[in-house]
Amino acid sequence: MLVNQFLILAAVLFCIGVYGVIARRNAVMVLMSIELILNSVNINFLAFALRNGSVDGHVFALYIIAVAAAEVGVGLALVLLVYRNRKSIALDELSEMKG
Amino acid sequence: MFAEASTVADKALSSGWFLEHAFIIPIIPAVAFALIIFFGKKLPMKGSELGILSMLASLVFSVGAALQWISRVNGAAKEQYVEPVIRSWTWWDSGGFEFGIGQHIDGLSLTILVVVAFISSLVQIYSLEYLRGDRRYTHFFASLTLFSAGMLNMVVAENMIQLILGWEIMGLCSFMLIGHWWEEGANSRAALKAFFTTRTGDIGLLVGTSVLFFSANSWTQENLGVSGFSIRGLSAWALTGDPSHAAITVGAVALFIACIGKSGQFPLHTWLPDAMAGPTPVSSLLHSSTMVVAGVFLVGRLYPVFFEGMNILGSGVNLITVIGGITIVVAAALAFVQTDIKKVLAYSTVSQLGYMMMGLGAGAWLPAVFHIFTHAFFKACLFLAAGSISHSASHHSFEMKKDMGGLRKFMPITFTTWVISTLALCGVFPFAGFFSKDEIIDNVGHNGYTVFMVVGLVGAFMTAAYMTRATYLTFFGEPRGASAGESHDDHGDAHATHDPHDAHDSHDAHASHGPHESNLLITVPLMILATLALSAGLFNATPFGKSWERMAKWVEPSSVVVEDMARASVGETRGAPSAIAAEESAHKDSVCGTSTPATGICYAPQLQHAPFKWAKGAMSVFIVLMGMLISWLISVQMYTKKSGFFVGLTSRNKVLALGYRFLVNKYYLDHLYEKVIVHGIAHPIAKAAYWVNQNILDGIVNSAGLVTRRVAGWVYRNVDQRVVDGAVNGSGAVARGTGNVLRPVQSGKVSQYGALLFAAAAVAGLVLIIVNT
Repeated sequence: MLVNQFLILAAVLFCIGVYGVIARRNAVMVLMSIELILNSVNINFLAFALRNGSVDGHVFALYIIAVAAAEVGVGLALVLLVYRNRKSIALDELSEMKG
Repeated sequence: MFAEASTVADKALSSGWFLEHAFIIPIIPAVAFALIIFFGKKLPMKGSELGILSMLASLVFSVGAALQWISRVNGAAKEQYVEPVIRSWTWWDSGGFEFGIGQHIDGLSLTILVVVAFISSLVQIYSLEYLRGDRRYTHFFASLTLFSAGMLNMVVAENMIQLILGWEIMGLCSFMLIGHWWEEGANSRAALKAFFTTRTGDIGLLVGTSVLFFSANSWTQENLGVSGFSIRGLSAWALTGDPSHAAITVGAVALFIACIGKSGQFPLHTWLPDAMAGPTPVSSLLHSSTMVVAGVFLVGRLYPVFFEGMNILGSGVNLITVIGGITIVVAAALAFVQTDIKKVLAYSTVSQLGYMMMGLGAGAWLPAVFHIFTHAFFKACLFLAAGSISHSASHHSFEMKKDMGGLRKFMPITFTTWVISTLALCGVFPFAGFFSKDEIIDNVGHNGYTVFMVVGLVGAFMTAAYMTRATYLTFFGEPRGASAGESHDDHGDAHATHDPHDAHDSHDAHASHGPHESNLLITVPLMILATLALSAGLFNATPFGKSWERMAKWVEPSSVVVEDMARASVGETRGAPSAIAAEESAHKDSVCGTSTPATGICYAPQLQHAPFKWAKGAMSVFIVLMGMLISWLISVQMYTKKSGFFVGLTSRNKVLALGYRFLVNKYYLDHLYEKVIVHGIAHPIAKAAYWVNQNILDGIVNSAGLVTRRVAGWVYRNVDQRVVDGAVNGSGAVARGTGNVLRPVQSGKVSQYGALLFAAAAVAGLVLIIVNT
């Protein structure tokens, strides 16, 4: 079944994304990894839309793309501000929240 | 009659491998782009060889296809409609709509394909020298290649979706290329301006495409079996008289707005001169054959839609001619007050694009397309010559008044090619521009647009004048500024006292060279382009008779009614159109006028060509020469003799001063866009939001606060003190205990939080699976 390959691709992308979020120090890389995760979800939606022959998955994917764009906008703005304040976007240095 | 009919019957059309595989042409540079991005830096020439090779390959493919197209046209019968070579595949389908991708190859697309591939190749060769040692050399070639790929894709596009794809790729690449040296604020601002201005127009492209799709789809599906995005389908649909007037007008106007943005027409032309911030080869490519031609190409491609939607030829005036006409004069006037040589050329491009638009708007389809063809060569040559000057003589300055002058002695090749292209641009007789620009003016007048013919002649006069001024400032008189600084030792000394640039030049790395001719990588492309600026007009030399009108034969689609299969079965017998065509009296019915016979389909509106008269040609050449002469005399007085009357005239005379300020500030259009529109819309909204915030929201909040305080007082006395405190103290103790336990988790490390989040999600997922099974 063709859907399987899509799901496997999505799972692989998702794992790469999770790895990136956890392991990368660079905030921009983390944002990109989050994008990967979102897109792997998109692929899942499309795969199931294909299997069920409905448009719903496509619509969801479009929404996710729009939301992801907004999210990246906010994320990059945060990164920019962090960079202005600290001249660095290494996430492991950002530990003011330490309890 | 039957015997006659058989002689003009349709012949089978020849085809060939290159024609059938023209869709490969844009794929070659697209693949090259990917290769350059990934492996370019490791290659011996840093990726530039891939770019040049891909463009040359595209050129070979385009020329091959063009030759096969010519033999296809030559093999056809006299009045036969030469079918374009169309291939289409399903790109994707979604919710019942099918989106195709493919090729639509006819004379128009092949003309542009050859021009684009040719100019791109030369520009890339030129860039080898011009950008030697640039900090983003590989990226430059990558974007340049993708830029050409976008244009080529747009030109071969079979349907509107594919066309939009190419269109947007170009928008993106123009942004990257104009902002190539983004370290300087002005450059990145120019890139943003170009991007946003064209994006403003692009909204029209999306709206227009959607409007046309939803109006045309059912007709095209039923009659031609293609979707409503198909260019062929839209062309046929527009000419049937079937579409509602409103739909096609709205569609055409929306599409034209996109063309205004992309092709730098008034009032969205403001991005084009700013786009000069990019490297000169980019300006050359952008202004001659790609980006700005895209808008004109779109009008030419979907000409039936514009023809019907704008009522071309049906009335004495329409949106396209008005915009084109305004653009010609407005841009030409701006070119007079520029001191930057590239900006003069930029405004001249805007003005020439105005000619093309005006020609299209007035039913002069072929002259307009021919003008794209010739204009590409001489405008590319002019820009590359300007680049050659800044590269080898004026130390990367483009200021004509400050840093140039007298360069004809030092740069003979650049000077000769510049003069040839200038004469071609002005439209002096044997040069390319004469044959195309004069044809436009002539046909516009012939089709009854007299006012616009006068506008065209005025524009020709102004073109000649400002180009003469630019030529004079650059190549004649005494060298000034950077190009004079170290020309010869004695020369330099003579100027040292009053030349502020000398200090800068003396410690310049090139100080020992002085102005000199550029090397072969720059001059060879210049010479090739100048040769074409001299001779390209012969492709459609109307003055020399019918046999010279090759372009008209090969490129212009015949407007004969084509009997299509679906409709033929309705009643009419096949072969009827050609039979009618034989008969001169019935001839009128068989071609597409404003309303097509209900039984057939045609793909091109019927257009007429103005017969050439030497008197008219001589008149416009005379106007051009007058412009040159007057401008030359004034330039000599003003810039060399420093005549007291001309120098400072604009500051003495009130009316002239006003006009000068108006032009220098570019009609205040930039002010209008930034100050009035952006601020005018953004500020009232902000103010309104503030007012709502202060008066309404605060009121609600304040009264809510008052009520809350009363309630809170009662609660405090009765509930809080007695019941809650006990519970709070107890829970406080619990919280502190848990907090101490959980404190190490709050490490402040974002990645650790992320890991916890995903671990929790994984556990939740597992639980979900276990529960559900």
